[in-house]
Amino acid sequence: MKSLAELAAIRDRMKDKVSIREGSGNIRVVVGMATCGIAAGARPVLSAFVEEVAKEGLSDKVTVTQTGCIGICQYEPVVEIFEDGKDKVTYVKMTADKAKRVVAEHLKGGKPVEEYAIGNK
Amino acid sequence: MIRTHVLICGGTGCTSSGSMALKDTLEKELAAKGLTEEVKLVTTGCFGLCALGPVMIVYPDGTFYSMVKPDDIPEIVEEHLLKGRPVTRLEYHEKTGDHHAVTSLSETVFYKKQHRVALRNCGVINPEVIDEYIAVDGYQALGKVLTEMKPEDVIQTLIDSGLRGRGGGGFPTGLKWKFAAASQNEKKYVCCNADEGDPGAFMDRSILEGDPHAVLEAMAIAGYAIGADEGYIYVRAEYPIAIHRLEIAIAQAREYGLLGKDIFGTGFNFDIQLRLGAGAFVCGEETALMTSIEGNRGEPRPRPPFPAVKGLFQKPTILNNVETYANIPQIILKGADWFASMGTEKSKGTKVFALGGKITNTGLVEIPMGTTLREVIEEIGGGIPNGRKFKAAQTGGPSGGCIPASLIDTPIDYDNLIAIGSMMGSGGLIVMDEDNCMVDIARFFLDFTVDESCGKCTPCRIGTKRMLEILDKIIAGKGELEDLDRLEELAHYIKSASLCGLGQTAPNPVLSTLRYFRDEYVAHVVDKKCPAGVCKHLLTYTIDPEKCKGCTACARVCPAGAISGSVKTPHVIDAKKCLKCGACMTKCKFGAIEKK
Repeated sequence: MKSLAELAAIRDRMKDKVSIREGSGNIRVVVGMATCGIAAGARPVLSAFVEEVAKEGLSDKVTVTQTGCIGICQYEPVVEIFEDGKDKVTYVKMTADKAKRVVAEHLKGGKPVEEYAIGNK
Repeated sequence: MIRTHVLICGGTGCTSSGSMALKDTLEKELAAKGLTEEVKLVTTGCFGLCALGPVMIVYPDGTFYSMVKPDDIPEIVEEHLLKGRPVTRLEYHEKTGDHHAVTSLSETVFYKKQHRVALRNCGVINPEVIDEYIAVDGYQALGKVLTEMKPEDVIQTLIDSGLRGRGGGGFPTGLKWKFAAASQNEKKYVCCNADEGDPGAFMDRSILEGDPHAVLEAMAIAGYAIGADEGYIYVRAEYPIAIHRLEIAIAQAREYGLLGKDIFGTGFNFDIQLRLGAGAFVCGEETALMTSIEGNRGEPRPRPPFPAVKGLFQKPTILNNVETYANIPQIILKGADWFASMGTEKSKGTKVFALGGKITNTGLVEIPMGTTLREVIEEIGGGIPNGRKFKAAQTGGPSGGCIPASLIDTPIDYDNLIAIGSMMGSGGLIVMDEDNCMVDIARFFLDFTVDESCGKCTPCRIGTKRMLEILDKIIAGKGELEDLDRLEELAHYIKSASLCGLGQTAPNPVLSTLRYFRDEYVAHVVDKKCPAGVCKHLLTYTIDPEKCKGCTACARVCPAGAISGSVKTPHVIDAKKCLKCGACMTKCKFGAIEKK
């Protein structure tokens, strides 16, 4: 180690990899991962969220986690987004591509993607 | 892409309750379910709740599982890691308050009252991966010190922070460094005292196992501050996991150039070596420790000269305890004011305690100085199990003393503990209830110091032995009141005439129990009774003929053949043959056997 810059580079590279253990993001992305969700393809959706959140550098604000059956099995894969002080947004019939858009527009841009939300079905 | 981290405790406590078998099963199960790309397994240091081991935490949700068995793993993988439904039956249920499952560790009373500074990375990072330590700002303090601070600034920061030695003595750390920095010599040394020897204390071990790099970083900072280029960690050979992780940490730090020559290109050189101690208690004393590192028999020598002037290999040396070092990188990064904002007027920061004995949550806790004993025992510790009453707490191990129930609201800091006749010590905190005999406790600790006395000076070698003989006499029911005065007189001479800290503090357990529980000593000596029912020679077992149904169970279990009687008639114990083992009492279903 010949410089502080090298140390900072390792820290920045590693930071996202351990920040998951703080679980302190004030936005929670919850993917329904019960049997119905998994059968409808929730796994690629979950992976897409994890990947995109990291790629967009949102790991310190957003926690991606799973939950069991939300109860609306016909709409699976279901993803709910909780944010302090805001109404919960429920996205239904999600896919990996839709997840990318939600990360870009909702999590990053702050504007829910209304056409994927449950109200529009 | 990793979406979940599963942290498994790899501390000594959980390792012995089977956490490594758990890890193997989990690895296989994750592979079978095709989750290895999504779920990362991390072995960490001690979480603190050792009584509940093996423990594991699943992030990002922070679900805390306790007492997990390999058979539970398939369910956890299938239900929680795959489907996202935590396995509630394995979640930790707090024994105090309402009995709901606690989903997040930070919600528990055990954690809520704690403030983790020295333990901040224990149970959070993988201690065998240097990158994880760097990710949580590791080695930033060393970088800051080498590039932005002068040695005297480092020392002044420590003085301002108010950090005092966590090994027990409580000497101001900054001052110690200042003395060593002022000693003129081409060669100086930095030593780490990891010879944790108090019965029931395991704070230092947990830090070395959970966050070894913090100690290495702090030692390098110390080297820069006093002008030393070489460090030694003296760790006991009975700590194999700690040694293994230290070896890995030192190798990784050398590979990254964080130890060795020209660190951060500043021209500062520093390297660290390990020395394994054979487990002699006296080697925790600073001069004996250095004598042992030098390759000689571990015996203390008189001070002065103090190590800061003439220490290891006759060179100026600083010697700090593991926990002291673990605080230092954060003091450098967050500043002296931050550290000084925690704690009491003369005791700043936090202290780690190993909570043991008659307490619900056995484990490791870190609290701000000034927290009361009541908060530690009743809230963090979860109280005394089995509805028994709190009688006393022992701090400072064989050098410390007892805090009786009447002083339970004492704020814990260095000076308060000394004032009530105990001491901080390295941080063992043993809780006792009404079933503990205080004479027996005093005898236990004295027996330990008699065993561990190195024998170099007479007051300690012979004096403690004589004290032990008097205690044995009292416990055997042959004591007289004058014996109590003799104990106090001997204690006075041993304290004032012994060469090192071991002897000077050896009488403390006896003195403090005499101070607060003299009536128990008097009961042993005058009434020939042990009120707590512990000292065998003072007990008699009898059978209540009213309650005895003559089932013969006691007579069959008695190893001495001391119980006689025929079927369906009350039995009798022959006191002459009785060994007082208590087997009959455990066996009797009718509560007919009494111990007095």
